[in-house]
Amino acid sequence: MKEFFTTVISYRFEIAAMVLFGIGFINLLLQRNLIRKIIAFNVMDSSVFLFLAAQGYIQGRIAPMIVNGDLSAATYINPIPSGLVLTGIVVSVSVSAFFLALVQRLYKKYGTIDFDEIMTLAKKEAE
Amino acid sequence: MSKKSRLFRSHFRAWLAGEEMPLRERHVRTLHKKPHERPEPVPEDVRINRFIHLYHVSAVLVAVCIVAVLLYTVFHLPLFGSANNPASNEVAQRYIEQGLEETGAVNIVSGMILDYRAFDTFGESNVLFLAIASVLMLLLRDRNNIVLEEDVHEAHERVIEKANEDVILKRVANIVVPCILLFGVYVVLNGHLSPGGGFSGGSIMGGGLILFAVSYGPERVKTFFGWKTFRAIVVGALLCYALSKAYAFFTGANGLENHIPLGTPGAILSAGLILLLDICVGLVVACTMYGFYALINRGEI
Repeated sequence: MKEFFTTVISYRFEIAAMVLFGIGFINLLLQRNLIRKIIAFNVMDSSVFLFLAAQGYIQGRIAPMIVNGDLSAATYINPIPSGLVLTGIVVSVSVSAFFLALVQRLYKKYGTIDFDEIMTLAKKEAE
Repeated sequence: MSKKSRLFRSHFRAWLAGEEMPLRERHVRTLHKKPHERPEPVPEDVRINRFIHLYHVSAVLVAVCIVAVLLYTVFHLPLFGSANNPASNEVAQRYIEQGLEETGAVNIVSGMILDYRAFDTFGESNVLFLAIASVLMLLLRDRNNIVLEEDVHEAHERVIEKANEDVILKRVANIVVPCILLFGVYVVLNGHLSPGGGFSGGSIMGGGLILFAVSYGPERVKTFFGWKTFRAIVVGALLCYALSKAYAFFTGANGLENHIPLGTPGAILSAGLILLLDICVGLVVACTMYGFYALINRGEI
């Protein structure tokens, strides 16, 4: 049992990332308010960033800025996941902005941001 | 429970749900509410109700299953923080050991994303450009997208804005906005020397611009940052990025000398093209952030 808990604590960041992903995913499925869906989507994004950053971390090493001309790879953490997270953040911001613009258009057309109501109204329009 | 506290609670609940504002009517600027035609309540259909029930149950089940599988996988990952993680392979080693010499950037992440992987970062800037372009298409108030009642509402809002001048916000913005912009410029210009770079510095500058627009009104921002400036900066920065990097790639691929000095590591004018690229990216990001705000808020830049 004690061994299990030490494993859990050593994997805390990855576990937190997975739980956050689950929270975001279930909100994405169950919320009817479109803006809440977007927020849930952002929570999922953040969990992926947390996971990537945790994969790049190495115990006892420092951030990848050259200090005192020390060029040995054993001093710094892995810089590649940091770069990937940067890419991910940019894409997440762009996608959120696009979603929000779409929601604004939907609100202007239907007067509501409730997904079910929009679907009902759209169906009625199509008939 | 007394009647008053119950009233307060119902108001509070309405405020949480976004149906009510906690101030008096006259000061309140709320989103213009379109008369909302609720769909007629569907006659209680057993099948629909059963479907909704089934959907909720299956959604919870699917999410729980996914999280369980992911958590199971986590325990088979290499140990957190271990140096033997397969992700830290010879690529990372090469970036750290040769990065300073080959790119001249003290910040290895900057050197990586703006030199070794500059093409990828160019794609990222283009993603931002595409996002602002699509938001423009959706929300810009032009000939095809004008609703009279919205314009009336907008004019009404301006009047309220003029009548209720926000002194505290303006005074605070007076002090804070220059600091924010200066810090943003610092972060952009020191991208190759310290944590930061085009993306973070650009978002800081965009945040400063948004604060300025909120406190002084969009008309003041338009005097120095209008639609033409926006277009010129975004397109110019992207073109500058593309041309300078195309030159570097062309000379690099053909084994020519590219005449771009790397400089002394640690000096502000060093690291070859990275400083220029950082400035380009920072400008694009700042403009895009402000553009998102302005378009979603008012439908114009």
